[in-house]
Amino acid sequence: MTTQNQGLLAWIDARFPLTATIRAHLTEYYAPKNFNFWYFFGSLALMVLVLQIVTGIFLVMHYKPDASLNASGVPVAFASVEYIMREVNWGWLIRYLHSTGASAFFIVVYLHMLRGFLYGSYHKPRELVWIFGVLIFLCLMAEAFFGYLLPWGQMSYWGAQVIVNLFSAIPWVGEPLSIWIRGDYVIGDATLNRFFSFHVIAIPLVLIGLVAAHLVALHEVGSNNPDGVEIKKKVDPKTGKPLDGIPFHPYYTVKDIFGVVVFLMFFCAVVFFGPEFGGYFLEYNNFIPADPLKTPPHIAPVWYFTPFYSILRANTVNFFYVDAKLWGVIFMGLAVVVFFFLPWLDKSPVKSIRYRGPIYKTALVIFVICFAVLGYLGILPPTPERTLTAQICTILYFAFFLLMPIYTRLDRCKTPPERVTFDH
Amino acid sequence: MKKLIVSSLLVVGMWLPGAGLTSGPELKLDRAPTEKFSDVLSLQRGAKIFVNYCLNCHSASYYRYNRLRDIGLSDEQIKDNLLFTADKVGDLMRVAMARQDAAAWFGAAPPDLGLIARSRSSEFGSGADWLYTYLRTFYRDPSRPTGWNNLVFENVGMPHVLWELQGDLALHLDKSKDAYGNPVDHKTLQLAKPGKLNQSEYDSLVGDLVAFLVYMGEPVAVSRKSIGIGVILFLSVLAVFTYLLKREYWKDIH
Repeated sequence: MTTQNQGLLAWIDARFPLTATIRAHLTEYYAPKNFNFWYFFGSLALMVLVLQIVTGIFLVMHYKPDASLNASGVPVAFASVEYIMREVNWGWLIRYLHSTGASAFFIVVYLHMLRGFLYGSYHKPRELVWIFGVLIFLCLMAEAFFGYLLPWGQMSYWGAQVIVNLFSAIPWVGEPLSIWIRGDYVIGDATLNRFFSFHVIAIPLVLIGLVAAHLVALHEVGSNNPDGVEIKKKVDPKTGKPLDGIPFHPYYTVKDIFGVVVFLMFFCAVVFFGPEFGGYFLEYNNFIPADPLKTPPHIAPVWYFTPFYSILRANTVNFFYVDAKLWGVIFMGLAVVVFFFLPWLDKSPVKSIRYRGPIYKTALVIFVICFAVLGYLGILPPTPERTLTAQICTILYFAFFLLMPIYTRLDRCKTPPERVTFDH
Repeated sequence: MKKLIVSSLLVVGMWLPGAGLTSGPELKLDRAPTEKFSDVLSLQRGAKIFVNYCLNCHSASYYRYNRLRDIGLSDEQIKDNLLFTADKVGDLMRVAMARQDAAAWFGAAPPDLGLIARSRSSEFGSGADWLYTYLRTFYRDPSRPTGWNNLVFENVGMPHVLWELQGDLALHLDKSKDAYGNPVDHKTLQLAKPGKLNQSEYDSLVGDLVAFLVYMGEPVAVSRKSIGIGVILFLSVLAVFTYLLKREYWKDIH
């Protein structure tokens, strides 16, 4: 664009890089033209983040983080959620959007991460994009965990109890550490208030910062695509623009708007017709106010944590003088931390699964199946058979990552094309 | 390799039961008559039973009396027929009984019933099914302090409040053996002394009460669904237009 901006815009541009920013990130950010279905989930995750923030702002106006009992013997926090559901105008909608949004966030983020596995989006030069992404995932888990305590139902209470108790498995400092986290000997009012603070201020701040860093890093190196071809390598000699690139705006803005509308159709179907989603998005036990004296017979985390919860429970053996419980905690931690190392574990010369050999394809299928099975087992109470299954799946889960340097070297890859493939 | 995946999935599949998310014993629940849930007359009868029989011990402290306008009652009707323990139609459905006293009398303070239909859902059936079965399976048990026990809620602290209407049920134990030769008890209930209502009348009354409890668990549920239809229709139309917009822009990308 060569025309000189006039008036207000020129005034702003002389003081703030508004036009330059819009160009760098939208109108002159060149994205590969061959994005497929899997490339919707990034923009959807951003949309859900905005939805959670906006609905969260309105929920905080009416929610009360107070564990004391009201005149009817119901904890104030629990009663305030029901107050939102019944007395606040459209409060039920705001609350269901927020509770469904939490699950939707994990669905789109898991699919977004799987996209990375399919097309090697973490490969050089996108290591930092990936690392910021894993940090976002960690924040998201913390955000969901803190938020889940706030309705102060039985599952909120006992779920938090189980997770905070994990820290007590750490030798020597474990017990005082878990008391320090709770601010009490049991989950109580102090815990509720600090979790509220973390959920509405601390974590969202970090989350927004990380999302910005994720996008800035992405726009610095440019997007990957289903062919794993670097579009910056083939540029128009006259304009210097990538031959296979198209401006993000308007092409991907209009495409993503369509994606958002389709996503919202599924999302709203859940919000309006089945917000409990069969007890998976809103657990039935969480309609009972928290009772510190009554432990539920079966405590299951919400579905999006269950793969990691299964890994936690899978270790039943004490070895190397370390308690089985601590090993479980360590393995659960490693199950997330191992994602950080993915860019350096994968030694494949090609990025996209389209040009990879059979070994990686098989490994990825086994990994996805194990993740799903672990997730399913995490919902169920353990039996010896289920624990064995979880153990096998845990080993395969880690084998996928730790053997990656070996099997990606052995794999017979095809040669990727010079330019992206695009049928229209 | 594919074979291996399929067979390993089958092995996993054998260990995963279709249902059975909790470790508790299996409950056989009767299905609540769901057609009553949307029947205003059922809901009004249910409200009357609730206020007369339940609201003396149990509160419904998230629910205001005047919200009964949802189910077609006027403020005057509410005031004249249903307002026993409160002064104003705008009051919440609270009870006068102190929780400490209640805990001393029944072993545990009677729970608030505002969300009972939602919290009693499980893999065995909806919360409504649980309530519908629970309220119809009280039986005489002299070993219990109240003289009553229940099939789905063993050693329950609550006596059979609707006893006059249903009558006295007695427990019959049939001992038999299962496929593995282990002894099993089949518990059945038989009417020992008839009440004011016959069985189908009583079932219908409990159905009305359960319908009201379901409604009270989420008063907005009915309008939520009707709004949802509009929202989905709107989004469907929007999807068509946003798709056409996308296609228009992408025409010149080759």
